[in-house]
Amino acid sequence: MSSTTIQAIFDDDDVLLSAVKDLKAANYRIEEIFTPFPVHGLDKAAGLKNTRIAITSFIYGLIGLGFATWMMNFMMVADWPQNIGGKPSFSFAENSPAFIPIMFELTVFFAAHLMVITFYMRSKLWPFKKAENPDVRTTDDHFLLEVSTVNDVKTLENLLKDMGAKEIKTKA
Amino acid sequence: MSHYEAPIREPLIIGNKSYHDITVDVAAPVEGKANKKWWIAFTIALLAFLYGIGAIIYTIGTGIGVWGLNNRINWAWDITNFVWWVGIGHAGTLISAVLLLFRQKWRMGINRSAEAMTIFAVFQAGLFPIIHMGRVWNAFYVLPIPNALGSLWVNFNSPLLWDVFAISTYLSVSLVFWYTGLLPDFAMLRDRAVRPFQKKIYSLLSFGWSGRLKDWQRFEEVSLVLAGLATPLVLSVHTIVSMDFATSVIPGWHSTIFPPYFVAGAIFSGFAMVQTLLLIMRKVSNLEAYITKVHIENMNKVILLTGGIVSVAYITEFFIGWYSGSSYEDYTYLSVGAATGPYWWAFWALITCNFIFPQTLWFKKLRTNFVWSFFISIVINIGMWFERFDIIVIDLSRGHLPSSWTMFSPTFVDVAIFIGTIGFFFVLFLLYARTFPVIAQAELKSILKSSGENYKKLRGDNHE
Repeated sequence: MSSTTIQAIFDDDDVLLSAVKDLKAANYRIEEIFTPFPVHGLDKAAGLKNTRIAITSFIYGLIGLGFATWMMNFMMVADWPQNIGGKPSFSFAENSPAFIPIMFELTVFFAAHLMVITFYMRSKLWPFKKAENPDVRTTDDHFLLEVSTVNDVKTLENLLKDMGAKEIKTKA
Repeated sequence: MSHYEAPIREPLIIGNKSYHDITVDVAAPVEGKANKKWWIAFTIALLAFLYGIGAIIYTIGTGIGVWGLNNRINWAWDITNFVWWVGIGHAGTLISAVLLLFRQKWRMGINRSAEAMTIFAVFQAGLFPIIHMGRVWNAFYVLPIPNALGSLWVNFNSPLLWDVFAISTYLSVSLVFWYTGLLPDFAMLRDRAVRPFQKKIYSLLSFGWSGRLKDWQRFEEVSLVLAGLATPLVLSVHTIVSMDFATSVIPGWHSTIFPPYFVAGAIFSGFAMVQTLLLIMRKVSNLEAYITKVHIENMNKVILLTGGIVSVAYITEFFIGWYSGSSYEDYTYLSVGAATGPYWWAFWALITCNFIFPQTLWFKKLRTNFVWSFFISIVINIGMWFERFDIIVIDLSRGHLPSSWTMFSPTFVDVAIFIGTIGFFFVLFLLYARTFPVIAQAELKSILKSSGENYKKLRGDNHE
């Protein structure tokens, strides 16, 4: 049996949030929600898992730290040691205090940029990408909820109307 | 969901605003036509910018001998301007990152413009060290790549190189932080655009943002983590700038107090610049409902706090200089020698602008007065320029060798480049004010129900 996706438009975030909670309780499948701003608690209500993007940032930061350490050790100690201003650079331990600022900067550089790139890739955001919100009002003051059912479409539509949806249509 | 906020907190959005009203108000400057005043301001800024470009070309063509630098005072206006601009560039990240971590909701009305200001200010800052190199075509020597002379590497012991890393990290991270926040707002403009050209531009800029639930979840997490990364970053940048001075052996520069004191000074001057810009912008772009008296007062409180830290640092420097009994310490930029010597005017400009005038902000009446706030912000901008001028020029003017004592006088080229960067800054900011969503409207909508005046009133009435 094929499922039908219904698009319901709400004009208030609180109404949307309680509708999502009720739909989950009634075992409906929420396909997608488009909102003009982050509605707090909506991700939990819709049963979304936590994002792991902060963990990736931590890993990227470690890579940056490792890279900075390797780079400065290679350039200043291994490849071309010099005695600059009476401060010789013949071992990493001697030089490491001077390396700390750049270790920090590169940790932040890697953690921030690679995390943002990961975010853009995962959420499919890049130049010339076409927007996919089904209704232009969802970036202004409307909220669009896509919910699918394999059962009676009419029941779902009535249910959504009772929950306060302003417009309801079937997704093509 | 509860939108409760203590009624004692003043509303951050004034008037009877709905979500749609916020959209309309933020889109208005972009969709409307520029008025005469904007064109006048833009023309002046552009002329100043072109004048500066002329001076830069002249400098590069002839060499930095065209500046007023001399044997003894080999850093002057250039590095003063560099530090001044970097310092100004600290407010944006502080507002968007530190205030986000502290969950200060008033940041949402002003963070977009403050971040824009940061980025534009850091552009100006970056110009100075590059021009000061003289042979700008060799600027790539600061990058850690084997240079044209063979496999000779950059010197990682040098704070000047730390600066290269710190400022480029700061600029690029601020830029992506700002841009990521802009995506939903560009999407809003895109979906409202009527003219096809506008639609095309904002589609491109919005990266196809659709506002999916998962996107928002990631968006918020990314913002939080970036704020966490940007907070120590912003502190590190001016710390490292201060090390350009503090790791040297020049009396007045060789000071362990510099890092925290420079950071406080940077925030102080940056907030002053944000204040200057916002007080004009809220009027010109009709944003009085979003940039309110509360915002201005909170900004003034931060200015008062950081100004206080800076003042304590001045007193400490002054006292320690005197207490050391060393004759070399008697002509550092904060000393009896400086206050009474040939640079007395620069010393007293610093004390008056940064120490005396900001004290007026202790009075609620004055710190909630827009005209006075504007005046104070200009005074602080001038004072903080003098602080850097004093540190650099006064300290260098009297070295260990009395025969080389000298004064500094700028040439017209020094002045022209400085004016040029101010022009460039305002060219960028004026263009930004007409083409970008100047308020983070998506975020602002999320606090409308808790901090909007009409909603607060509604709740208040229900309680009774």
